[in-house]
Amino acid sequence: MRKIEAIVKPHKLDEVKEALSSIGVQGMTITEVKGFGRQKGHKEIYRGAEYIVDFLPKIKIEVEVASDLVEPALEKIIVAARTGTIGDGKIFVTPVDKVVRIRTGEKDADAI
Amino acid sequence: MNSGDNAWMLASSALVLLMTPGLALFYGGMTRSKNVLSTMMHSFFLMGLVSVLWLFYGFTLSFGPDAGGGIIGTLKYFALEGIGNELWPDATIPSSTFMIFQCMFAIITPALITGAFAERMKFSSFVVFMVLWLTFVYCPVAHWVWGPDGWLMTMGALDFAGGTVVHINAGVAALCCALVVGKRKGYGTEPMMPHNLTLTLLGAGLLWFGWFGFNAGSALKANESAAMAFVVTHMATAAAALSWVFAEWIIKGKPTTLGVASGAVAGLVAITPASGFVGPVSSVIIGAVAGVVCYLAVLLKGPLGYDDSLDVVGVHGVGGTWGAIATGLFACAAVGGKDGLFFGNAGQLWTQVVAVAATILYSLVVTLIILYLIKAIMGLRVNEEDELVGVDTSTHGESGYNL
Repeated sequence: MRKIEAIVKPHKLDEVKEALSSIGVQGMTITEVKGFGRQKGHKEIYRGAEYIVDFLPKIKIEVEVASDLVEPALEKIIVAARTGTIGDGKIFVTPVDKVVRIRTGEKDADAI
Repeated sequence: MNSGDNAWMLASSALVLLMTPGLALFYGGMTRSKNVLSTMMHSFFLMGLVSVLWLFYGFTLSFGPDAGGGIIGTLKYFALEGIGNELWPDATIPSSTFMIFQCMFAIITPALITGAFAERMKFSSFVVFMVLWLTFVYCPVAHWVWGPDGWLMTMGALDFAGGTVVHINAGVAALCCALVVGKRKGYGTEPMMPHNLTLTLLGAGLLWFGWFGFNAGSALKANESAAMAFVVTHMATAAAALSWVFAEWIIKGKPTTLGVASGAVAGLVAITPASGFVGPVSSVIIGAVAGVVCYLAVLLKGPLGYDDSLDVVGVHGVGGTWGAIATGLFACAAVGGKDGLFFGNAGQLWTQVVAVAATILYSLVVTLIILYLIKAIMGLRVNEEDELVGVDTSTHGESGYNL
């Protein structure tokens, strides 16, 4: 089992969700986050005073999948979230030790 | 009594009152979210405080019979003694109507100042400051310009709706406050961005709306003068909203919503003293210049290094001064009975300059004295920690947004 954590542009969320659903991913958790990478921030001007805003709004998607689904899922996310411009985001994959469905007590692969 | 005039003046009084909640929104949106309530509280609290002071002694100090030399009114109308159904002298409305109309002006003027010390002023000190400022600055200056036998009025200074009394007066006091109260903690190093410009835009809209009562109401009648004041108020504001946006678009590259709102207010300020005296084309010029000049004045704040948080000096001080001077340039006898420089009467310009200089000097000196007194006795600012958490929770025990 793996956890896929994808930071994407907010307006790409729906496409990523559709793409993941199409390969059988059944759930996900999303969070509105702020951050920066190579894109850095942008400038805002209020009455002539300029401010550099470092942290830009992004969406963090967390999905847990069986190990054999990792590669297809990554592919789907990349295709769906890519605009080709700077600031498209990043994906992190980490191992998951245990999953439990609270209602039934099912564990691991059954609980994903 | 003329019932048409009375109806218009009562409606105008309500319009002018609405400007103060409008100002609360205009200012509130420009602060950081942790100080939105304390900033709006300033305006709302003054609606209470000034009204009661006005009833007891503010009105009579401003508009009571002259005590001598055109400096201040006597206490003849103390607690509104004799202010009721009888007509106000030389007017067609009851004196109670005139009194309540003027009350609304006395509310918004100190409220304008609050933008200079937003986000750091101690509330108790704010209350004391406002009582003293209304008594020793607003009332005398209102008497000079509008009171019976006021010395600036006798001299022939033109101020239709309050360029000197309201805007220069508040702008200068704001400068004093910014200097004496001092910068917000972190000013210049931390970003201090407006937290909700939608509030600010709504506030600017309410100000624009209420200002028709402020300027056109200052005719004190529902007559031709009120109609022309209404027209020029609108046109100057329109021109200033455009010129501010174009100026920033050229200089900084982006047309902003805060710019269009600020430009509109700058135009309203500038046309205020001129509104009963100039024609529509002049008003467009006055407004267009105001938008650019006030924008440049606001830009100067950075290099000059003082923290006038919400730009009261740049918009009201500078805009009011330009408006008062412009009245001496563009006044036209066909509109308001007096000519300015461009219509062949150079003397009017000089009179305007004297009125501006007198207001600036008096407001500067007395405001500074009041501020230093309060600073010595009770302090002006909230303590550092309270400022850091925000004045809303530390002073008022509330927060604007509980999401």
